[in-house]
Amino acid sequence: MSEYTQSDPTQRTVGIVEKRFFTFAHPPNEMVLESGARLGPITLAYETYGSLNADADNAVLICHALSGDSHVAGYYPGQSIPGWWESMVGPGKGIDTDRYFVICSNIIGSCMGSTGPSSIDPQTGAPYGLSFPVVTIGDMVCAQAALIDHLGIERLHAVVGGSIGGMQALEWSIRYPERVASAVLLATTMRHSALAIAFNEVARQAIMIDPNWNEGRYYSGQKPGLGLAVARMIGHITYLSDRSMRLKFGRRLQDKNDFSFQFDTDFQVESYLHHQGRKFVDRFDANSFLYITKAADYYDLEKLHGDGSSVKAFSKSRAAYLLVSFSSDWLYPTYQSKDMVKAMKKNGLNIRFCEIEADWGHDAFLIPNDRLSCMIRGFLERIPNHPEQEDDDISSP
Amino acid sequence: MTTSLRHDLQIIASWITPGSRVLDLGCGEADLLHYLIRHKQVQGSGIERDESKVIAGIQKGVPILQGDLNQEIVDYPDNSFDFVILSQTLQQVYDPATLIQSMLRIAEKGIVSFPNFSHWRIRLQLLLSGYAPVTRQLPYQWYDTPNIRVITILDFRKFIRNAGLRMLQEVAIDTQDENRFGKVVTFLPNLRATYGIFLIGRGKGSDREKSV
Repeated sequence: MSEYTQSDPTQRTVGIVEKRFFTFAHPPNEMVLESGARLGPITLAYETYGSLNADADNAVLICHALSGDSHVAGYYPGQSIPGWWESMVGPGKGIDTDRYFVICSNIIGSCMGSTGPSSIDPQTGAPYGLSFPVVTIGDMVCAQAALIDHLGIERLHAVVGGSIGGMQALEWSIRYPERVASAVLLATTMRHSALAIAFNEVARQAIMIDPNWNEGRYYSGQKPGLGLAVARMIGHITYLSDRSMRLKFGRRLQDKNDFSFQFDTDFQVESYLHHQGRKFVDRFDANSFLYITKAADYYDLEKLHGDGSSVKAFSKSRAAYLLVSFSSDWLYPTYQSKDMVKAMKKNGLNIRFCEIEADWGHDAFLIPNDRLSCMIRGFLERIPNHPEQEDDDISSP
Repeated sequence: MTTSLRHDLQIIASWITPGSRVLDLGCGEADLLHYLIRHKQVQGSGIERDESKVIAGIQKGVPILQGDLNQEIVDYPDNSFDFVILSQTLQQVYDPATLIQSMLRIAEKGIVSFPNFSHWRIRLQLLLSGYAPVTRQLPYQWYDTPNIRVITILDFRKFIRNAGLRMLQEVAIDTQDENRFGKVVTFLPNLRATYGIFLIGRGKGSDREKSV
């Protein structure tokens, strides 16, 4: 989803940043996963921007989506492309690095520096492949909590995430209520609809029927590039919308004036999807795609924390919330955010919700948007001063 | 801040107990809630339909939910608030009886204000010109108005009485919509006031009931 990455025209940036690593859960103290399996050692790739204040109460954790990484903002030395949320994170921006200590770590199961199926299994000396245990959103959050402990942070000012990152932010607020002052949930849901699971399954099948996939053992040979590219193409359809595709491509042809009357690329939308698919293969691991989409499909807040009731699940939370949905998002439509709002209301939680009118489908949360930046900025500024929040501070253990 | 609050909102604010829980239905950019949170330490939240107003309110730090107030009010448990405010919105509500009952289900007290349709200028306009009245309080033509109800101070008093609810306070004011100043009208309010503001409560003996 990094196709929107661009330098900020205002030139405000956190500047040169560095990817760091934190390793924990060394055997025999492996992390016990939701499935019961044990995983360790675990390495998390992470980045931080801004500085932690003396009270260590200005930390904002950003959770990335399916194909994201720890590189939220700024530039790696010698590179001209900034992190994936450069428009939101930086000095004076929506998430202001002059005020907040911003942290983002790559999720476990991914392939951008954290432990995942492409990592070396220390027991065998070879990549895990499918012997990597299935991880959940809860497991990703548990691992992040270990990093937050390591950084000496007791309580987060905010956890912010969109899409699958939003699921993590939500999970943080319920799993660690005493550690989360507020959560920003963008274009997300407390559980996947059948539609979302269906798209993910088609994408996974595309990978698994690629002969190169070879039951996940492909690290020493040809990658299942065709399957992964098709998986990404399906994903991109779900990230856009009917309207955004009409505006962006319509029925325009690619580099030709008439149909080829062959099965070449004719339409611009085809060319776009091919390009996105190819680009993705270069930077992402097919097995990681399987694991992360599975984690997202499994996630069900009601089942996990509320015995089937979202009202009960949210009764555990003490956080203030900002929820934002986008009108043209058909992957996580507005009704799913409103379902969360409903359950939060029944618990008397401190909530804000806005549906932003936007054409760009699910991807809208990644696109520079002043309305979104202003709202997040205003929300984050007010949290510690809110009387209800101060009461919670006193009453929390 | 005090002086920038509209006159009718100043009166509403004066009725709110410090530290209470307040819901503002159709809160706009949350001017009133922002004032109440700062100056009366209330736990305030609002409901507003318009995206840009919601964003402006959230930017101020006020908890606002975007949505239709008739639907949003349904989800709140009984007695979630001490006060529910419906400021200058009643005339746009399709089913006012249900809404007011919901208000007094989720809060013990409701505050309702609306432009008074029996003001002498409105009466005179209709009488003399024969056209549907257009005033500064109700500045719309019949074909583009969001206001679907015609309410007078007398009508509202009667409505509250018939619904078995209690009128706890009532103020009629003569002010322009955007004005910070205005005056309270005590003599012939139904004829002379541009707005009526009412504090209403549950009917006698209904306080412990879940609905009124």
